[in-house]
Amino acid sequence: MTNLEKYTQAFIDTLDITEEQTKGLEYRSITQWDSVGHMQLITALEDAFGIMMDTDDIIDLSSFEKGKEILKKYEVEIK
Amino acid sequence: MRWKLSNFKKNIAVILEDGSQLTYDEFQKTTDKLAVHLSNRCLTFNLCSNSMGSLLGYITFINNKIVPLMLDAYINRGLLNSLINNYKPDYLWLPSKMADEFEHYSSVFSMYEYTLMKTIYTKEFPLHDDLALLLTTSGSTGSPKLVRQSYKNIKANTKSIVKYLELNETERAITTLPMSYTYGLSIINSHLYVGASVILTQKTLMEREFWQLFKDYKVTSFGGVPYTYEMLEKLRFLHMKLPLLKTMTQAGGKLSSQLHKKFAKYALENEKRFIVMYGQTEATARMAYLPHEKSLEKYGSMGIAIPGGKFSLIDETGNEIIIPDVTGELVYEGDNVMLGYAECGTDLIKSNEKNGKLFTGDMAKRDADGYYYIVGRKKRFLKIYGNRVNLDETEQMIKSRFDNIDCACSGIDDIMYIFITDKDMIDDVHKFLSEKTGLHHLAFRIKYIASIPKNDSGKTLYTSLEEHYD
Repeated sequence: MTNLEKYTQAFIDTLDITEEQTKGLEYRSITQWDSVGHMQLITALEDAFGIMMDTDDIIDLSSFEKGKEILKKYEVEIK
Repeated sequence: MRWKLSNFKKNIAVILEDGSQLTYDEFQKTTDKLAVHLSNRCLTFNLCSNSMGSLLGYITFINNKIVPLMLDAYINRGLLNSLINNYKPDYLWLPSKMADEFEHYSSVFSMYEYTLMKTIYTKEFPLHDDLALLLTTSGSTGSPKLVRQSYKNIKANTKSIVKYLELNETERAITTLPMSYTYGLSIINSHLYVGASVILTQKTLMEREFWQLFKDYKVTSFGGVPYTYEMLEKLRFLHMKLPLLKTMTQAGGKLSSQLHKKFAKYALENEKRFIVMYGQTEATARMAYLPHEKSLEKYGSMGIAIPGGKFSLIDETGNEIIIPDVTGELVYEGDNVMLGYAECGTDLIKSNEKNGKLFTGDMAKRDADGYYYIVGRKKRFLKIYGNRVNLDETEQMIKSRFDNIDCACSGIDDIMYIFITDKDMIDDVHKFLSEKTGLHHLAFRIKYIASIPKNDSGKTLYTSLEEHYD
C-alpha cells in the first residue's frame, strides 16, 4: 500500500466513510468525526506510520488535507 | 432552592466562546427578561448545549418554579417527539436554529440564539410541589426513564460538592460535559452557588480552540468521564504546561486503575488535585469522592461518602455487611437521593418514593480503612463514554426493529459487543444502533454468530460470548 492509501484507509476505517467522502472532509463536518472518532483516527494514523504525534499536531489535524501536511513533520510523505 | 445570582454582583458568572463575559448582576437581569414570558409552575423541555441560552433557561426555570426536563439538543428526533407526546410540556426552550422544526408551536421570545416555543399543551399534568428538575438516566435506549429531582436534592448535593471540593469564588471551571448530563450540570451548579466562573464551550478537548480558551481565561478546573482521561492521555496532557490548573475531577464510570494511578501521580508531583468521584443521576449527581491526598495511596478506589451522605453494603438477603473486603450491593443514604422515577406524565405528581435511600445496583467492597471499591454491577448495563446503556434493553430494541434475528449484547465499558445471527444485517444493525443511541459507531462491535449460546431454560450464556471479544 502507498502512504496515501494507508492514510485514506485510516479515515475510512475509523470514521466509517467511503473514499469519496474523504475529499474536503473536516473535523465535525460529519457526526462520526467527533472527539471520540478523532482519538481513534489519531491512534490509527500513529499505528499505520509507526509515529507518535505531539499535542499540537493532534489538535491541529482538523481536516483530511491538513493531516497530510502535519504528517510531513514526521517524515511521512502522503502522495 | 433558588439561585441568588445578585449576591455575587460584579463577579464574573459566565465566559463565552467569543470571550464575552457576564457578571452575576447581568445574569440576574437576563433571567428577568426571560421570566416575564413564562407562565407559573409548569413543565418545559430545555434542549441543552453548552451555551449561554441553555444555561439561561435552566437558571430561569429553577428560579421561577418551572420544571425543566434537560435533554441534549442533538437528541434523536423520534425520541424527542415521543417524550413530547408522553409528557406534554408547556414550552420548549431550544436553539433558535431548531425552531423551524416546530413550526406548529408559536415562538414567544428569543435570546442568546435560543427560542422559547409555546406548545399546544397547557399544564396537562399536575406537578408535585417538591419537583424541581427532570433528567434522563441514559437517554439512549427506547423510552428513557426520567429521574425526578427536588429543590432540596439540588441544594443538598450542591452544598456537599462545594464543601468537599473546597470551592470558592476564585474558581474557573470549563465545560467538558453536556449540561443535560448530571455530572456536567453538577459542575455548573456548584460553581454558580459560590459565585465562581464557568467557561461555556462546545469545543472539545481535541480542538485547538478549547485549549486556547483554557489558557486565555485561566481555567482552574475541569471534569471528565473515563473516556475523557483516555483522550487526555493520548493528547500527552501530562506534558502540557498548565500552571493555573488546580483541580481535575473524574466520574461517570470506573477509571482503569492504571490511568487512576498515572493522573494521581501527575497531580501530586505538579501540585494539583486529582479527585475521583462516584455518583448517579438518581443521587442528583455525587455520592462519593476520594480525597486528593489519598489519590495515589488508594488508587482504584471511589473513596468515601460525600459530606451529609452515608454508605452501607448489603448481602443477598438484605443484611448489612460489617466486615471489610466483602462484596455486597452499595446502598446510599442522603438528602440528594431523588424523589423517584417518572415514566409518564401522571408520574410527575408522585411524592418522595425513596425517602433518602438508594440501592445503587453497584456491587462494592470496603477496605479496612473505610474506602469503597466498585467491583461489578447487579444489573446488565455498560457505561459508554459515561452514559449508562442497558444491555437487555438494547437487545429488545434490535429484536423489535429486525425481524427473524436473534441477538445478544454484552461487553466492557466503552465497547459493546452485539452478536447477531444474520451475517447480512451487520451493517444495518450497526447503523441502527449508532443512530438510535446517538453514541459513536466505534462503541459498537457487531459480530456474526451461528446461534446465541443458551442454557436449557433458554437464558443467554453471556460468559461464553466473552471468548469472541477482540
